[in-house]
Order: sequence, then structure tokens, then C-alpha cells
Amino acid sequence: MEAAMGLMRRIPPKHSEAALSALLSLLPHHSSDLLSQVDQPLQVLCDVDSGKEFILCEYNRDADSYRSPWSNKYHPALDDGPHPSAELRKLEIEANDVFTIYRDQYYEGGISSVYMWEDENEGFIACFLIKKDGSKTAHGRRGYLQEGSWDAIHVIEVGPEEEVNARYCLTSSVMLSLTTNDESEGTFNLSGSIRRQMNMELSVAEGHLCNMGRMIEEMESKLRNSLDQVYFGKTKEMVCTLRPPAEIVQTKFPDSRIP
Amino acid sequence: MSDEDETASQLTDNQKIEIAKWFLLNSPAGEIQYVAKDIRALLKNERLYLAAVSEAFPLYNKSHLICLEFPDRSGEVMVTSFSEIDKNEYLDPRTAQVAIIDHVKQVIEDARPAKDEELSSSYVEEYRSALDVEIIKYVSEAYPKGVCSVYCTSGKDVEEPGMDFELVVVICAARHSPQNFCNGSWRSVWNMEFKDELQMVEVRGKFEVGAHYFEEGNVQLDAKHECKDSTVFQSADDSAVSLTTIIRHHEAEYLNSLQKSYSKLPDTTFKDLRRKLPVTRTLFPWHNTQQFSLTKDIQKSLGLEGSK
Repeated sequence: MEAAMGLMRRIPPKHSEAALSALLSLLPHHSSDLLSQVDQPLQVLCDVDSGKEFILCEYNRDADSYRSPWSNKYHPALDDGPHPSAELRKLEIEANDVFTIYRDQYYEGGISSVYMWEDENEGFIACFLIKKDGSKTAHGRRGYLQEGSWDAIHVIEVGPEEEVNARYCLTSSVMLSLTTNDESEGTFNLSGSIRRQMNMELSVAEGHLCNMGRMIEEMESKLRNSLDQVYFGKTKEMVCTLRPPAEIVQTKFPDSRIP
Repeated sequence: MSDEDETASQLTDNQKIEIAKWFLLNSPAGEIQYVAKDIRALLKNERLYLAAVSEAFPLYNKSHLICLEFPDRSGEVMVTSFSEIDKNEYLDPRTAQVAIIDHVKQVIEDARPAKDEELSSSYVEEYRSALDVEIIKYVSEAYPKGVCSVYCTSGKDVEEPGMDFELVVVICAARHSPQNFCNGSWRSVWNMEFKDELQMVEVRGKFEVGAHYFEEGNVQLDAKHECKDSTVFQSADDSAVSLTTIIRHHEAEYLNSLQKSYSKLPDTTFKDLRRKLPVTRTLFPWHNTQQFSLTKDIQKSLGLEGSK
């Protein structure tokens, strides 16, 4: 498994789907470990009742069927697939509606889904997913990207309420890829995946949804900035180390060179 | 026995080798040895492992233009498809030696002087070596750790003016900092077609730049570009200077455009994926979520009444 995870860190992120299926065929006994530890771009199905799309993941899957957060039904239909309790389902519906608006505010398009289920410790687990295709042929508003995708998976374990507070443990993974293509500049592709965790103990006065929402918003902003500045920045640093900008580039100053 | 055994044996040996090769060939610059180690652990089968590496390493080495030092420190050889004499033999025209290499270990095992038929004619060699001299100067100025070589890829037996020949300039700069979780490489290949009748040199350049940062994550840059230019067919020394100027100009321009692409990221390109903040320039009003009436409240506070 260690070797497999090592490989996943080296393979270009845009090939991660192919890499995972290669690993699954080499290590069939480790399939559940691989599927839970390796992030994959998200797939989507269309809910037959509402006509709305929903995201597929391990958390809404039973056998080969997936539960839609809109109709709460499994696609393809299942007789005995697990469903959240009535109360949790209420929260799930609310979460999907609010998250739709959040998603639209930040992503100006894309698809989102939220799934919740009870866990053994009297708490529950919520999974918030976002899939955005930012290419100019899809939801890329400004048309910069020939290809662009952002897939985010946020899994929050909510501990049982203790008096005023509840404990939230968030694990977030973001996978993204962006490609610009230009006659004069060639093809420029940056892609990556990172995973982070955040734990908080918060008062439930404003409700679980508020707490979870804020954590996710904070985490996504952190990840976006981190990807942009640190991660992409490091690759830029590397390029400038390989071939430092020469004096003929007028707008650059010496302090933009990394020693 | 069980289902698992059946599935495992459903993958034929050849399929396993192909998978191993795919991982090896897709390794980022400077990381193939690490990938090989992981592959060896996964395959748990020396025969399959050896088959995979023996096929994958040569391809990887040639595509990454790896540079190996001669044991006697007389110079370096670049492993490229242009310098390949035989599958394990690579020519270094600068020192007129042929290196016999071990692709998997990525070292030179032996060296011998190049045979006459492996080298260019003195006419072509004049052009090749003049260009080599200029390119070395350029590369040592522009790249802190660059290597380069010039090969004749066509017409090496042309004895005198009257026929076409082709030279190729190969430049590679790689930096491996595994302790900083960062590796990268810059590769440029310049084809120069010396067209005698037109008295022109047609230049075609290809760039490939890659970087990999993997501290608690996995982010990679993959950039490619092609360009064209041309110049007049002059004497060996004059051609060398004007061709190097062309290369210098285009490479600097390309670096510039890479930097531009990076600077557009935070506010422009990235925005098409996810904005830094909503249009309202404030954080999302989660606190307006009351049971059951939340959607309306939020829509109101965001001024979205009536939509959706």
C-alpha cells in the first residue's frame, strides 16, 4: 500500500484516474483501502425524478447504485439501500439547498451534493461535494481555460452534542487541473491534488449546518490560496531556477528571482 | 481458491508489465528511480520488474534527455534519440566518443572513440562545432545548470556545399531537490535545416517544461510550446552566431510567457474555477440559515429574490 500511495504522489495528477485503475488491477485485495485513500475526479449521474444531476462517491453508494440527494432514491433502484433517518434527511435536504447557493456564489456554475448518514457513535457524518468544469466550453465564465476542473470532497465527522458544543472533524480533498492553450504561448497545464484536515469544537447555537458551512468555506479558501501561492508558486520558482529571467525581460526586478 | 486469486491472475504477465511501464514512463523528471522502487515492491516479481524497466528506462531517458558523465571525466554524453548509435550506445560529438550505458542504472559503463562513419564529414563538422561553441556560451550564461549538445541528424556525409544537411541543438536543465519535495526540468530541442538551394536555415524549436512539487500534496506543471524561425545560410561561424541569437530570443520569450501565465493565475485563470470571494465580496451568510426558511433568507440577503 505504501508503494501504491508513493506512486500516486508522483504520477501527474491529470493521470490519476488511469493510475488508480492500474493500481486496482494490480492490487485487487487492497481495493477498499485504495478507493478510500486515493482521491478521484468525481462522476455524476442524473436524477430521473428531478432532472438534476448529483455527484457519485463512496458515501452515497450501495453495491452499484447511488442515492440521489434530491429524490433520496437509488439509481439504479435498490430494494434495501441504506437511507438517513427522517431527521437527518431533513438536515440533508437543507444542506443541499444551502450548499447549492454557496456553490453558485463561489463557483458560478458546477454541481454540488451533500450526503449524510448516522455513524455508530450517535453522531453523524456529512459529505459535501463540488464538481466544477471551468473550461470555456462548460462553465468557465471568462473563457480562459481550454480545460479546467475542480473537484472538492469535504467529509465532516460530527461528534455527538455535549451540552453546548459539538466536535467537528473535517477532511478535505481538492483535485484540480487547468490548461490554457494559445498559438503564441503553447500549452500550459497545472494540475494537483491536496488533502487537509481541520478539527473544531463549536457551539451548536446556530445549528450544525452553519458550523459545517463555515468550516468548509474557510478550508476551501485556504486550499485555493495554498494551491495558488504555495503549490503553483513552487513550480514557478522551479522554472525560474532552471532558467532565470534575463535582463531583457523589462518588467521583472531582481527580487522576483528566488535565490 | 477465492475470488481475489481469480482476479489477480486475470491480469496477464504482459498486462502487468505494461502497467509497470506506464508508471515508469510517466514519472516526473528525476523521479524514475523512486517510481521503480515502488513498482518493484508492487510487482513482487523480479522477472516482470526487469522486463518492465528494461523497456521503459531507455524511452524515459531519451525523452528526458538525461546527461551522464564519462568515467574519466572527459565530458558528458546526452542520451537522446539523435545521439543514439545503438540501443545502449550514445555519441558525444564534442569529445568524439561513444558511451556504452546502462539505461536502468543510468550510468556510463564504458567508452570508446567514435568511428569515422559515426561522425560528420569535416564540412558539416565545421558547422556543427561552430554552433556547439556558441551554444555552450549561451547555455552557460542562461542556465545555472544546463547541458547541451549539437548533433547532425541528416546529411552527415555531405562533403561540400551543394546539398542540404540538418543539425539539432539539444538543451536540458534539470533540478532535483527531493529533500525539498521539488523537481523540475527544462528541455528544448532545436532543429536546423540547412537548405542549400534556398540558402536558408529553417529553424524549428520545441519546448517542454515540467515541475513537480509534492510536499503534502502533488502538484505538477506541464508546459509545451513550438516555434519557428529562419535565417540566411552563412559561413559556419556566422551561422552559429545568428542561430544562437534566434534560440536565445525565443527561449527568453517563452520564459516570459510562462511567467505571464503564472501571473494571470490568481485573479484571472483560477477565477474560472473558483472565485476567491463571492461577487458580494463578503463571506457566505451561513448564519442566515434558519430551519426551513433558510433558502429564502439567503436569497434575500444576497439580492437573489426571484431567481432560482
